[in-house]
Amino acid sequence: MKYALFGIGLAAGLLTLAPEAQAGKVTVKGSDTMVILAQKWAEVYMSKNPGTRIQVTGGGSGIGLAALQNQTTDLANSSRKIRGKEIEACLRNFGRRPTEYKVALDGIMIFVHESNPIKELSLEQLQRIFTGKVRNWKELGGPDARINLYSRENSSGTYEFFKEHVLLGRDFAASAQTMPGTAAVVAAVAKDRFAIGYGGAGYGAGVKHLAIKKDENSPAIEPNEETVVNGTYPIWRFLYIYVNPAIDKGEVAAYIRWIRSDEGQKVVKDIGFFPLPEKMRGE
Amino acid sequence: MPHKYTGTNRPAGWMGLHRGHKARPLEWLAEKFILLVSLSATVIIFLIFLFVTREALPIILGRMDSSAVKNVRPLEDFDKMTPQEIQAYLHLKPAEYARMDREALLEMMKVRLEAKEEIPDDKDARVNTTAWRYLLLPYQWSDYDRPEYIWQPISQIPKYNLIPLIIGSLKASVVALLFAVPLALGAAIYVSQLASPRLKEWLKPGIELLAGIPSVVLGFFALIVMASFLQHIFGYESRLNAFVAGIALGLAIIPVVFSIAEDALTSVPRSFTEGALALGSTKWQAAWHIVLPAAVPGVFAAVVLGFGRAIGETMIVLMASGNASIVSWSLLDSTRTMTATIAAEMAETVVGGHHYRMLFLIGALLFLVTFIGNMVADWFIHRLKKRLEGRA
Repeated sequence: MKYALFGIGLAAGLLTLAPEAQAGKVTVKGSDTMVILAQKWAEVYMSKNPGTRIQVTGGGSGIGLAALQNQTTDLANSSRKIRGKEIEACLRNFGRRPTEYKVALDGIMIFVHESNPIKELSLEQLQRIFTGKVRNWKELGGPDARINLYSRENSSGTYEFFKEHVLLGRDFAASAQTMPGTAAVVAAVAKDRFAIGYGGAGYGAGVKHLAIKKDENSPAIEPNEETVVNGTYPIWRFLYIYVNPAIDKGEVAAYIRWIRSDEGQKVVKDIGFFPLPEKMRGE
Repeated sequence: MPHKYTGTNRPAGWMGLHRGHKARPLEWLAEKFILLVSLSATVIIFLIFLFVTREALPIILGRMDSSAVKNVRPLEDFDKMTPQEIQAYLHLKPAEYARMDREALLEMMKVRLEAKEEIPDDKDARVNTTAWRYLLLPYQWSDYDRPEYIWQPISQIPKYNLIPLIIGSLKASVVALLFAVPLALGAAIYVSQLASPRLKEWLKPGIELLAGIPSVVLGFFALIVMASFLQHIFGYESRLNAFVAGIALGLAIIPVVFSIAEDALTSVPRSFTEGALALGSTKWQAAWHIVLPAAVPGVFAAVVLGFGRAIGETMIVLMASGNASIVSWSLLDSTRTMTATIAAEMAETVVGGHHYRMLFLIGALLFLVTFIGNMVADWFIHRLKKRLEGRA
């Protein structure tokens, strides 16, 4: 996959140098969570539309949105909603609020070590764990051992989503170790018997996924496509594409339309994220 | 040493004339060119320091305001406001204002209102968290049980306390020194005083070659192999911590400390050792009681330079320290260093924003620490030279 990505980047890079390839070039930048997805979309779309060149790079949601503000990318992938400050900068730089497209669903999984007897947690328990109010597995019915927290570094969209929707804006406990990517979180949790971590749905081999309860009295929900798409799994989010409305026409508009079509959403499913329900595609 | 011209009896001259031979304009030109090149290195470093400090200046001077709650005006006010008022309210430059149409301006006011609604309006929201008081002293934020040192820059109320990072950096560097200095110093004494010339020929470049290992490789090794191995031996709780990061850092600074210490030991005049040996001491006694004391300033300089390297190293600590910003002196807790913080957070900061300037402030602090460290080391090396020449 990495090689394919590199190849496409290289091809697109070379083609930008060639004057005859000016037509139909779309640049995409942003979320690392979405980069595999974005690259697959580009691959499939280009094979069907040979005239179009799509150049995909990652870097993080904030990087993509920064590029959008500076008008150095056409599409910005983001695993979180755009911030007020970023909208302000867009207004300053090109006078318009960027158009927001929901393009896929993602469930945030809670990982623990495979030997951990805990099977389910409520949102409130999660909040207390990650803010450092609950420090021992014993308090949750597990072994008498300290809870080791694994988080993402604070430039990550996933970090911000978790902070906003699970911690309800409170700070992560200072003792949370920060890992440079969801794969690193999974690797750390797989090696640590008393660990707990979180991350997007595309990851998670070698660790146990917990079922999550909305509150104490509701049933525990396993994370899978059905529960994420129908919204019963409590920690899910949208993945977004943002675009400057001034260039949302022609090739760019056609590409976004295709991403939200059945064909594009099939790719979402193949990669391991969850397709957008029909009724949301018009939004 | 034959006597040359000194400052007092040097004749005035131009283009090499005073050196008592024919004028050679090319030589003169080459000399000035080299002078320029060597000066430029200093100038570039000075400019970098200026740049870093300039970016951090608003925080150093306390001119930055990060308070989350600002006064907002309802959308209806738009038609009542003069262009000047709108510009001031939205912080627009005249050129930006001229470019934007009514719709964009209204949209911007709307964004302000939306942002205000997301922030809980409590005492914290009015605090300018970039003031020095909040950077260095504990503060009781709402939601916390007691005053604490908190580094949480991505938060509705960004918290920028530097203490956890400073402690983190110190912890990792101290472990690195405790691990590296005995090893490097032992190797330096052995190589310079006790080893046979043939062995020395192999050992010295061998250890110095270690300096060429990319730090990312050391970090990777520490993350994957050393962390599990050390945890298995010592059985502590956090797999990644100041101890693991420090050991890996130590591997990176051994060549630095070794190289300088070895130079210092070798530059002790041969006559010292020969004298001692002639008086009947063993090679070991000569090394320990004569050479090492004479070279102490140089050895100290090696340690100080090693410390500078350790505190400035980034990749290893980023990978192996766990990056948790805890205030704790335990070496077995995860730790977040100043350098790793810059590396992890710089990519997504808004240029000119308070988080961006905070990271530059950390950069300036690091620069200062390493600069002072190098100065001290340099002064000690100088003292060693004087002492060995019998002028101290």
